[in-house]
Amino acid sequence: MTITAECNPAGAEVPSSSPAIVLENLVKFFGRFAAIRGISATFSAGRLYVVLGDNGAGKSTLLRIVAGLMEPSQGSFSLLGVSKVREVAHRVGYMGHAPLLYDELGGMENLRYFSGLYGLHDDNVCQKAMQMVGLDPELSRRVGQYSQGMRQRLSLARAVLHDPELILLDEPFSNVDLRSAREMAAVLGHVRDLGKTIFVVTHQAPLMAGIADEFVHMAAGQIVARDPSARELDPSGSKVGTAQ
Amino acid sequence: MTTLAMTRATLLKDLRMEWRSKDAINSMLFFALLVVVIFSFAFNPTAEESRRIAGGLVWVAFLFAAVVALNQTWARELRNQVLDAYRVSPAPPNALFLAKAIGNFLFVVVLEALMTPLFVVFYDLRSIGPVWQLVVVALLGTWALVVNGTFFAALSIRTRSREIMLPLILFPISIPALLAMVDATTSILTGEASPDFWIKMLAVYDVVFTAVCLLLFESVLNAE
Repeated sequence: MTITAECNPAGAEVPSSSPAIVLENLVKFFGRFAAIRGISATFSAGRLYVVLGDNGAGKSTLLRIVAGLMEPSQGSFSLLGVSKVREVAHRVGYMGHAPLLYDELGGMENLRYFSGLYGLHDDNVCQKAMQMVGLDPELSRRVGQYSQGMRQRLSLARAVLHDPELILLDEPFSNVDLRSAREMAAVLGHVRDLGKTIFVVTHQAPLMAGIADEFVHMAAGQIVARDPSARELDPSGSKVGTAQ
Repeated sequence: MTTLAMTRATLLKDLRMEWRSKDAINSMLFFALLVVVIFSFAFNPTAEESRRIAGGLVWVAFLFAAVVALNQTWARELRNQVLDAYRVSPAPPNALFLAKAIGNFLFVVVLEALMTPLFVVFYDLRSIGPVWQLVVVALLGTWALVVNGTFFAALSIRTRSREIMLPLILFPISIPALLAMVDATTSILTGEASPDFWIKMLAVYDVVFTAVCLLLFESVLNAE
């Protein structure tokens, strides 16, 4: 596992008691359609949140706003204590729905380039990130020839290679086989244990049961429920220790 | 990371990808070659006539061929939404723009270097003025085309028909530069007038548009 507080280029860790994300009456319109409808919420640092909801619930839109890829139509938010995402860009990792990788480059070539964007020029960082997601750094194949699952893993490696404090993941398990998805989920749990804050948008809630700290349920552009007992669930969704 | 270092890293990445795919350079070469051959069939100029029309002919061919490369500029960044990975990073937006512009500049310069001998042969071109001035015009003119082209290609990446959009925006705004390139080239080839005014105009055009593009690029990159 490569992600350690000591090698964090961003500087000091956010104390786990302070909020990692604060949303205040966030609204996002696409034309006349409101994808996000007045979300106000606070998310603590050092926790793993799983955002659930049907297609069109506004999960990815919310994640893109928080990542700084979209401006909210109304409302405001702060990330790691500041309101300008760009100021904390080096402390945030984002994995999109698409892999965000160059097909024409190999896995290591991709990671070398993206680590350069964060001012990191150490091949070891890229190698460890690849190993962390179960990929071979020696693999010379270009990403265009990777399977979907391999792309997802490499995409996760890209999102975390600069050791961010806040990790935003949009559907990290899509197109990944069950065993690999479980391994990735376990990696995320381990990363959270190192003090990182993680947001995972997924439709595969059972994978995160027992690992997530909180399930955040979204519907029609709003947060409709927050379930902080997520960690007590086993992968089947039942409470640990309860008789079935 | 400094703008210069990031520009270098992005440029090297783009050159590596182009070296592997050869998408831009092949399509530009093929297009420019077609223009040279078709024009040589359409007109059959004497050496004197060639000197008069070559400025327009050469630059129109390079402008059209450059558009082919410019359209490819951002296509790689849009595939797999890689541009988002850059946007969420702390890397300076202008480094991306400069790398793309310099990359396009190199592609078009390579095209010009390969096509110029063909123009000389097909149109029996002999310059009466100093050839080094042609090189200055070529470098300044090429930068004028690619700096605007790279910027407007970025501006049109979120439009549905961006291949059509780019020339529609780029050509009108390139008219002053094109005029300066054609007149400077014709002046040098015929040796009848000094190209100094046109070269200065090109230099000013380059400085102004490079500055404007750098000032506005971050807004274009983050536009929804």
